[in-house]
Amino acid sequence: MNSENVHIVPTTTWSAGPGCHGGCGVLAHIKDGQLIKLEGDPNHPWNQGRLCARALAMTQYVNHEDRITRPLKRVGKRGEGKWEEISWEKAFDYIEKKMKGIREDHGPESIIFSMGTGRDIGPWICMLAYAFGSPNVMFSLSGSACYGPRLSACNTFQGCYCVFDAGQWLPDRYEDPKFKLPETIIIWGYNISATCPDNLFGHWIIDMMKRGTQIICVDPRLSFFASRSKHWLQLRPGTDAALAMGMLNVIINEDLYDHDFLEKWTNGAHLIRIDTGKLLREIHLEAAGDPGNFVVWDENSGTPAIWLSSQAEFKALNVKAALSGRWEVTLADGSRVSCRTSWDAYCEAVNKYPLDKVAEITWVPADKIRKAARLYAKSKPAAIQWGVPIDMTPAVTPTCHAIASLWALTGNLDIPGGNVIAKFAFDAVSYALPGAVGPIGLKDKDMDAKRVGVKEYGPYRTFHWRAQTDMTLDQIFTGKPYPIKGMWIQTAGLLNGIGLDPKKWKRALEKLDFIAAVDLFHTPTTQYADILLPAATFLEKNGVRSWWVPLQTINKAITVDQCKPDVEINFELARRFDPEFKYDTINKLFDDILKPSGMTFEQLQQKGWAIPPVSHPSAPYHRHEKGQLRPDGKPGFKTPTAKFELYSTHREDWGLDPLPHHEEPPFTPVSRPDLTRNYPLILSTGRRSPAYFHSEHRNIPWLRQLDPDPIVEIHPETAAAHDIGNGEWVWMENWLGRCKMKAKVTRIVPPWMVMAAHGWWYPEKKAAEPSLYGVWECNVNQLLPMGHQGKDGQGAPIKHLLCKIYKAVGKEERNG
Amino acid sequence: MAKKPENGLLIDYEYCTGCFACQVACSQEHHWPAGMGGIQVLEIVQNLPKGKAYLNFLPFPTELCILCFPRTKKGLEPACVQHCMAGVITYGSLPDLAGELGKKPRMVLWSPR
Repeated sequence: MNSENVHIVPTTTWSAGPGCHGGCGVLAHIKDGQLIKLEGDPNHPWNQGRLCARALAMTQYVNHEDRITRPLKRVGKRGEGKWEEISWEKAFDYIEKKMKGIREDHGPESIIFSMGTGRDIGPWICMLAYAFGSPNVMFSLSGSACYGPRLSACNTFQGCYCVFDAGQWLPDRYEDPKFKLPETIIIWGYNISATCPDNLFGHWIIDMMKRGTQIICVDPRLSFFASRSKHWLQLRPGTDAALAMGMLNVIINEDLYDHDFLEKWTNGAHLIRIDTGKLLREIHLEAAGDPGNFVVWDENSGTPAIWLSSQAEFKALNVKAALSGRWEVTLADGSRVSCRTSWDAYCEAVNKYPLDKVAEITWVPADKIRKAARLYAKSKPAAIQWGVPIDMTPAVTPTCHAIASLWALTGNLDIPGGNVIAKFAFDAVSYALPGAVGPIGLKDKDMDAKRVGVKEYGPYRTFHWRAQTDMTLDQIFTGKPYPIKGMWIQTAGLLNGIGLDPKKWKRALEKLDFIAAVDLFHTPTTQYADILLPAATFLEKNGVRSWWVPLQTINKAITVDQCKPDVEINFELARRFDPEFKYDTINKLFDDILKPSGMTFEQLQQKGWAIPPVSHPSAPYHRHEKGQLRPDGKPGFKTPTAKFELYSTHREDWGLDPLPHHEEPPFTPVSRPDLTRNYPLILSTGRRSPAYFHSEHRNIPWLRQLDPDPIVEIHPETAAAHDIGNGEWVWMENWLGRCKMKAKVTRIVPPWMVMAAHGWWYPEKKAAEPSLYGVWECNVNQLLPMGHQGKDGQGAPIKHLLCKIYKAVGKEERNG
Repeated sequence: MAKKPENGLLIDYEYCTGCFACQVACSQEHHWPAGMGGIQVLEIVQNLPKGKAYLNFLPFPTELCILCFPRTKKGLEPACVQHCMAGVITYGSLPDLAGELGKKPRMVLWSPR
């Protein structure tokens, strides 16, 4: 290749293109304004020159003949696939008129802003919704069951999120003397090397395995990690909390936990009233007491002592808080009440899970659980990395609580090689995620009162800043408590990816007065839009990537016809909707996001990326000891008690069980033996493909060739019992619907489970209904329900439904 | 008689995760259409005793592999070597790589055509 006239633009992958949560440093080779090659940047601390299949296929993506390159207005009926090109000016005018009309007639909250997987679209969709005046930004998956619930759960009892330490906060990574290699990592429901979810580079775990880290793998499926693990815990999907409780049982009863952490940094000593079963609070002891202060039993004085939560210290001096015991305490009205410690209540909860019972629930042999628990607890340091299956069950928060207790009680929180508290580098936040507040927010709190789910669900009220998805869908049909009239859908596949029960979503879309969609290609979902705007890939835009570390810029390398970056589209409309919109240029918006870093967009762009110095509160380690986690600078965690809460005060306030526990999901052989008679197999969905990000990339030849068909994995015994051969087309069916996939007969899955790929549609098929790109044939979400979110509104049954399988016959024996 | 091979690819298949970066890196570098390329990743599910199984992936250099000589003569690594997400492909002279081969199990040394 002639290197003349080729210039190289260094940039950061995030958003459309590879589709992932990004972070890779790449070098875009540009000739005559065209991308001719994309390579990994060998000098980048994140990926060191490595790059995934999806990013390496970008030359086939950017100039793909099916890219939408001009704004399109629908001319036929919804789903008919008829469009005409219009100018950007006309498109903006039309959207402005339609949306302002709905705002005037029904209020701004009657338009929902729907997003798919959270990438750099997150901040810009919030910016647009909030400028319009609607609090209803909806992450469009049932129960928001991807990442948000894990963030939210960690906020609940730990104050901040945390991730495995791969030295990512240190420029020299594994070689930095401050870093310590984890002796053991538990990979919990995570095939992290197939995609790079959760703002991590999956292969960092491989880097550490090569250096000696051993693996415990929790997965019903034989993944790469399961094959190479010291212990593989092949659990029944949806029983993760029981497994974690069993491991805690071993660790506590064999005295393998960190006593110092328990005493100093948890609320184990806080007293619980026997009469109410709730926390004893200062207000119970003194009428003028603070309900946010709690009480311990002081062994030195033999009296109760007050814990001042907001000051993270005891009211009295020299308090020695008892961790176990039962005492009589005199209340403000003179009555006496018996109390015990949270730690005693916690241990009681854990003791409800002896290993024989856990084995019965999880289908993992007791001995394996015991060995894995011992190995994890004795490895110093050790880390746990969990994946999206944790969100994809209704009892996500109690599950997270159990797993997080493991890293807390073994003293692995925010230590080198453990689970490090994850904060945005330099505290520069672009994205209103659970727990995070950046410069993009609603203008005043009152506007938030109408957000769907705020009244019903504690986490949504407290720090999960999204509209509750299942309730939103219902509200489109009921119009109660207020009508929903329009939807802004930006790179979200309600019918082909993120939406469960997609036919219900289709009926919902049909009911709306106005739908605008923004995407790069037509999808089944875009067929229901009234207007469709062409978005840009990461190579066609400037941007900021602020997610954990490093802080990075995305740098524009090319332009493709009239495609516009999401930020530009939303910026223009935000200005039209909000006369007081506070930015006049996009660079000023970027500067505002980057302000905490002390750098402007241009300055950061010069550097490319920045890692906060070790002394910065957004860099590890031991920040609870140094007073770097709480806004008040006190030691401890950013929770209501300043402690890691073994007993969750938030959950108590929300009327939910404050202790970790297992809840049997709604559709399993255990909870629904009646359904299991007709649908005997566990249907799990969503195993990752390195070729695709969710519903994207089926039209990219190099990638499609790697994984050409929608695959259902079936164990050889199960396949034989159903007379199904490898490569044959089969139907999966349950009481909600059916879909057709190609059988891969493999020992990767157990005989009692089938694993179906998600996000499938056929871009090569006809757009117009009834084909709708074949989505009704191959989208497995037709077998998954909406409306089964967890008790706190988060989590949904996605990894554990039931189904039967049978061979496709006659004309159906092929795709189409 | 064919020229004697000098260079090859050492694969540490213990850590190949089956990410297919090598395949697409090769297609991009050499403009191969989908379905062709200088390296192909095979999935191997081994049956073990007691109903157990073991999962391996194995990158295999095809008849189209030219060991990226236009890159290596410029001092660059072959496209698959640079982009391999797991860092399991090493390019070098066959005697050097043969020396590496003995350092750990689960390796294979390829000498492409």
